[in-house]
Amino acid sequence: MMAEDYKLVDTPVEQPLSMHPKKFALWLFIVTVVMIFAAFTSAHIVRQADGDWLIYDLPTMLWYTSAIILLSSVFMQWAYMAAKKDKLEQVKLALAITTVLGILFLVGQVKAWGQLVDNNIYFNGNPAGSFLYVFTFVHALHLVSGVIYLIYMLISSYKYKVHAKNMLNMEMCSTWWHFLGGLWIYLFIFLLLNH
Amino acid sequence: MATAAEAHIDVHGHDDHHDHDHEQSFISKYIFSTDHKTIAKQFLITGIIWAVIGAALSAIFRLQLGFPEADLGWLRPLLGKWISPEGTLDPEFYLALVTMHGTIMVFFVLTAGLSGTFSNYLIPLQIGARDMASGFMNMLSYWFFFVSSVIMLISLFIETGPASGGWVVYPPLSALPEAMSGSGLGMTLWLVAMVFFIASSLLGGINYVSTVINLRTKGMTFSRLPLTIWAFFLTAVIGILSFPVLFAAALLLVFDRSFGTSFYLSEIYINGEALPNVGGSPILYQHLFWFLGHPEVYIVLLPALGITSEIIATNSRKPIFGYKAMIISMMGITFLSFIVWAHHMFVSGLNPFLGSIFMFLTLIIAVPSAVKVFNYLTTLWKGNIVFTPAMLFSIGLVSVFISGGITGIFLGNSAIDIQLHDTYFVVAHFHLVMGAASSFGLLAGVYHWFPKMFGRMMDARLGYIHFWLTFIGIYSVFFPMHYIGIAGFPRRYYSFTNFDAFSGFTDLNMFISIAAIATFIGQFIFLFNFFYSIFRGRKAPANPWKSTTLEWTTPRVPGHGNWPGEIPKVYRWAYDYSKPGAEDDFIPQTVPFSQTMESNLPHENDMIALEKEMDAEEIVVHEAKH
Repeated sequence: MMAEDYKLVDTPVEQPLSMHPKKFALWLFIVTVVMIFAAFTSAHIVRQADGDWLIYDLPTMLWYTSAIILLSSVFMQWAYMAAKKDKLEQVKLALAITTVLGILFLVGQVKAWGQLVDNNIYFNGNPAGSFLYVFTFVHALHLVSGVIYLIYMLISSYKYKVHAKNMLNMEMCSTWWHFLGGLWIYLFIFLLLNH
Repeated sequence: MATAAEAHIDVHGHDDHHDHDHEQSFISKYIFSTDHKTIAKQFLITGIIWAVIGAALSAIFRLQLGFPEADLGWLRPLLGKWISPEGTLDPEFYLALVTMHGTIMVFFVLTAGLSGTFSNYLIPLQIGARDMASGFMNMLSYWFFFVSSVIMLISLFIETGPASGGWVVYPPLSALPEAMSGSGLGMTLWLVAMVFFIASSLLGGINYVSTVINLRTKGMTFSRLPLTIWAFFLTAVIGILSFPVLFAAALLLVFDRSFGTSFYLSEIYINGEALPNVGGSPILYQHLFWFLGHPEVYIVLLPALGITSEIIATNSRKPIFGYKAMIISMMGITFLSFIVWAHHMFVSGLNPFLGSIFMFLTLIIAVPSAVKVFNYLTTLWKGNIVFTPAMLFSIGLVSVFISGGITGIFLGNSAIDIQLHDTYFVVAHFHLVMGAASSFGLLAGVYHWFPKMFGRMMDARLGYIHFWLTFIGIYSVFFPMHYIGIAGFPRRYYSFTNFDAFSGFTDLNMFISIAAIATFIGQFIFLFNFFYSIFRGRKAPANPWKSTTLEWTTPRVPGHGNWPGEIPKVYRWAYDYSKPGAEDDFIPQTVPFSQTMESNLPHENDMIALEKEMDAEEIVVHEAKH
């Protein structure tokens, strides 16, 4: 206890912004990811306006994966609220379900690529199709990081490190996961409107 | 509330040793260090090495441009097969030289070398923080930059030569490995290096922003921040918003190069055979690239402007004129930098109406820039100017910023730009306003903060010689270049003597080359001064420039954690120089108004009550925590 008091003496008492620097850094990282996809989607719009654009059907699988990612966000939120209330068993369960749904989403995206290939839309070809591959691929890369974070949280929860008094990682994990879900929904709606 | 308290413990959990120098191994102290001061020096030294390489490349191509008939055989030990048996420079390698000069100078020297050094060094010291928000991310930022540097350096020595499509690497030249020898492995390495570079910049930028927002010391409100911090902060914001777009552009380019997609490629014939790519648009790349590329100009320039504000105020012994106007104009530049990118594309077939919108937005940037110049001049006006080398370089920055900025107004007009596009006029313009101005800011910063960085002084007399050589040299190089540009000489041409239209001006080109090489050689005075002073310089006093900011309240060589005791509190803004009635001609930010009754203005007397409140509050909080 003494050691901690000693540290607190030095702490700027009035934090100008009552947000943990790591959490804040996560938000800034989210901004950079937003900018990447802003660039991709605006490139899509600019390129589409040039003409010579292949019109094709979006893989039906994307509807299922969108539902999965939405559902996973619900479970993520459940895990977060359970952790806040120190209901540790629920935290484990909810995190486990979220992780499984995250992996299912990734599998679904790969299946969606399969459907595209069946439909003769390849990565190299008309940029209309290539863009879909790029969107899903880069998003999936980010989602993998989310799944790794979830697995890390799951392990921590089994070590009783996730509870009402240690919410930093839980908050950051849920922020990141909700963001990734929201990002996919944005991409999906964008594709529905513009493909 | 519980989370907030937890957070506080977490933030400062890692620097509980700051009261005594604990033993660190050589590796954790100097190599994989998480200390912002060490990382800043790593960036600085790496940046200096890159600057020498980048400038040496320019000296080589200036030799070619100034003396096209000369026998360059003596360069063979360095360049090997790039010098033909007849002693001439290989034309493809000439293109590689200009490409690498641009890439190195823009990204490795003036982005990483400038922001990396001074944002890292000054942000924690000037806002009163123990270290960056995340020391680990900061370390990662440097080592990503290092990996990127190594890859880029390797690309200089490969058999097919480094990337040669210009620093903007436009497709299709850059997208087709068979287009030219530099588009092969050299281009691949360029892209890989840039991916690491972008990661490094983003890690750095995220750190700078979260440090400035979260870790300011007590009393350090945004309206009391030194302008350096404002500049670094806004620079980091620009970087966070624009580098991801370059990443996206580069990723699509990688797919085009290696996976056969057609984002940028369409209907291309090579050796009479059509490529399979259809439906791409090379203009798309230009849009994406310049969405980073233009803000990048301000990523390079803003830190230099911030450093200059600080140095000019300190050495004029006057408060900076128009502190708020400076902040607002920097914010204006930040905002405008994102909506002017297409002025690089007036000749790309852009819709002329769109072109005039971008022209209009571009010309608006003249307003905040002029406000800044005006404020520099009015700060200098009737000041007790102390001509330190740092001050000379800062005034030099204002000078080149004006002369380079004025030609920017010409080029911003699409009608004139269409004539001058890709001529030496453009080269002269951006070298003055971006290259020279930012380099002057970098050098000014090194001269000014060297005593803090290494605890020793640089030799001022060598500094003066260095300044005048550089200042006269820069103008001798770039002033004549405007004429060559107006005469229509296109940039990136290997030689002009083969064309009747461009057979003139050979003497002017020769003059430029001599001036450029002389300026390059002049920089070795700086290098000697820098490295000699690190080890043998006169020991620096605590506050050599009689400056007000927090970094001068640290020990001569600040240890890990920056301040041995508590972090100082801040009671006033950073520019209380020559305040009427005050004893000294400067009042540090740590002096409360209650101790300077003789110089307080009426509204500052009211602040005394607040100061007391602030101190009392702290005691209460401490008791509550115990």
